[in-house]
Amino acid sequence: MAEEAGVFMVPQTVGSVLCCKCGVRMAPNAANMCVRCLRSEVDITEGLQKHVIILHCPECNCYLQPPRTWIKAELESKELLTFCIKRLKNLNKVRLVHAEFIWTEPHSKRIKVKLSVQKEVLHGAILEQSYVVEYVQQEQMCDSCSRIQANPDQWVAAVQLRQHVSHRRTFFYLEQLILKHDAAVHAIKIKQMDHGIDFFFGNRSHAVKFVEFVGKVAPIRSRHDKQLVSHDSKSNNYNYKYTFSVELSPVCREDLICLPPRVAVSLGNLGPLVICTKVTNSIALLDPFTLRHCFLDADQYWRSSFKPLLTSRQLIEYIVLDVEIISPEVNIGGSRYALADVQVARVSDFGKNDTIFSVKSHLGHLLSPGDYALGYDLYGANTNDIDFDSYRGLVVPEAILIKKSYEEKRQKKRGKPRSWKLKNLNMEVEESRNRVEDEKKNTEYEEFLRDLEENPEMRFNISLYRNRDYQPSEIASTVDGDFPSIPIEELLADLDLSENEDEDDMHD
Amino acid sequence: MATRLQFENNCEVGVFSKLTNGYCLVAIGGSENFYSIFEDELAGVIPVVKTSIAGTRIIGRLCAGNKNGLLLPHTTTDQELQHLRNSLPDQVVVQRIDERLSALGNCISCNDHVALTHPDLDKETEEMIADVLGVEVFRQTVAGNILVGSYCAFSNRGGLVHPHTSIEDLDELSTLLQVPLVAGTVNRGSDVIAAGMIVNDWTAFCGSDTTATELSVIESVFKLREAQPSDIVQDMRKSLIDSYL
Repeated sequence: MAEEAGVFMVPQTVGSVLCCKCGVRMAPNAANMCVRCLRSEVDITEGLQKHVIILHCPECNCYLQPPRTWIKAELESKELLTFCIKRLKNLNKVRLVHAEFIWTEPHSKRIKVKLSVQKEVLHGAILEQSYVVEYVQQEQMCDSCSRIQANPDQWVAAVQLRQHVSHRRTFFYLEQLILKHDAAVHAIKIKQMDHGIDFFFGNRSHAVKFVEFVGKVAPIRSRHDKQLVSHDSKSNNYNYKYTFSVELSPVCREDLICLPPRVAVSLGNLGPLVICTKVTNSIALLDPFTLRHCFLDADQYWRSSFKPLLTSRQLIEYIVLDVEIISPEVNIGGSRYALADVQVARVSDFGKNDTIFSVKSHLGHLLSPGDYALGYDLYGANTNDIDFDSYRGLVVPEAILIKKSYEEKRQKKRGKPRSWKLKNLNMEVEESRNRVEDEKKNTEYEEFLRDLEENPEMRFNISLYRNRDYQPSEIASTVDGDFPSIPIEELLADLDLSENEDEDDMHD
Repeated sequence: MATRLQFENNCEVGVFSKLTNGYCLVAIGGSENFYSIFEDELAGVIPVVKTSIAGTRIIGRLCAGNKNGLLLPHTTTDQELQHLRNSLPDQVVVQRIDERLSALGNCISCNDHVALTHPDLDKETEEMIADVLGVEVFRQTVAGNILVGSYCAFSNRGGLVHPHTSIEDLDELSTLLQVPLVAGTVNRGSDVIAAGMIVNDWTAFCGSDTTATELSVIESVFKLREAQPSDIVQDMRKSLIDSYL
């Protein structure tokens, strides 16, 4: 207060006194003893632990924090320091100021930590002292490692993904999605089965998370069960094996569906023949003649689980003879369609006879005379569907066109590698029994890759990687006017950390 | 010579006794040990009087005096006053004063010529001090503490003050008191000096926790090594201002 009043204050210099024990000259402090005498008098590290035993798992390099947590830490890392300090009892009596490791030989199984602590002694003086704590590392396998050692294939939860269709297109697409979102990182084993894939996890929550992920990208129906493996009657611990059975809807993109009467009515009298345009966690249906569309989400679909009438296996090629656009181009759900009257003939008929079909198509904006299109041949098809038959008086068109075909142009590109490639999941595949199945798989995969090239929205969820072996040839620029190919900006360069190649880490 | 002693196992001897050049007051303890040490040192030279003040034993902190007089708080009973008047020599004026701050030993620190007092002492009390004790009175603080009677102890030959006293303060006090001063501790680092020790011109008594270093500082600043009881008859005053730094 005197200072604020402007009173002249004499500058105060601190004098020195003699330490009361050893007589050395020092500045006065709260204990009036020099630091050495104070240290010899008082030991603030008395009662603190200097020697601790910690348990370490040699397989996974983890340390045990009782009662049950295993913490992964490298030697001389921050996590290890935090762990070591946590293991000390009684450290709340003093204040910890600084902690650091003292280097020990890694094989010695000793960890030394130097701690600096502060405590108040005698008349309010604060004394700081540092001391060394030695940790003896004892080896003990953690529970998960011992379980793995005992039985390497031990899984706790399994997810069985099934789709009862005759092709594997959905699974190729799902595989890419899973890779992009890393949904199967925790899977112990992945096995390819008939009509589906099995995923094995070590933890029930990983399996649940995976099932939820699949539920977000496809319309599924699932159920779960558990099986008792072992039971500890003393501690009442039960060990189970959990199984999740997940069924994907059989409806795929480009399928022709005949809606059951009830469903058609509930969707607002959508014409019973519809095309499935997109399948995510809901199914998008498009009536090709009226250009009306609607969505069915997973619950709605599974309540009336209808199967497709014709699938993309049954697509045949048509040649377009004449196009007459009826209505202007509209944008439905992100895609453009235009209703048109089209005259087509089957390629197998073309030149041999005069069978020409006049049909309505929703692809008016894409087709022009001379183009090839793929579609369903309802004229010659023999369908065996209850719902289809239940409609009396239904006018069935002779053909429904689905997509434009680039087959001619593909002839020129056949055999040449693509500029992009995909990664694969690490799946266990059973040895194939005959060559026919192999060929079928390869053609299906090839078709899947073609699908990717043609559909930018399918590519949206997938990561494509640059194919290093691909050299664009000089003549390529002269070919393909409208041949759909993937622009190079969409490709991710595969991160390659080997020493002899450059690290190419560009992401667009 | 400085002696180490305890009062009933307590090292704060300045609380239970008062020592001047003319007399010594001692508290009434359970055993005679305390009293006998004083007797041993001072028997033929000055009277050693056992007393209580206001019924308590903390007489060192309640009264203030020098060879000329003794000041007692208003809480002193009549019997104690009478007892002291009877026991002390006639030239010592025993006076009971009316002061709000009744712990006179904590508020007043004096030798035979100069006194330092608590800054908030009454004007009448100050006059009384000057009158009864025959000293020059200065209102001061020691190392920022207003209880000057606790944190410094001085005789006619030297003085010991609180260890945190700055050098400028030390110079100022030294000039006022005209004796050499040193900042130090007593009783193993305790900074309450006057509670830990009592001193006059030829002898001093400290608590038994006092270390050898502290004892040597005390003996050197109060010049006890060569002093003899006969020196009290000489009016010694250092003309040189000397402070131990």
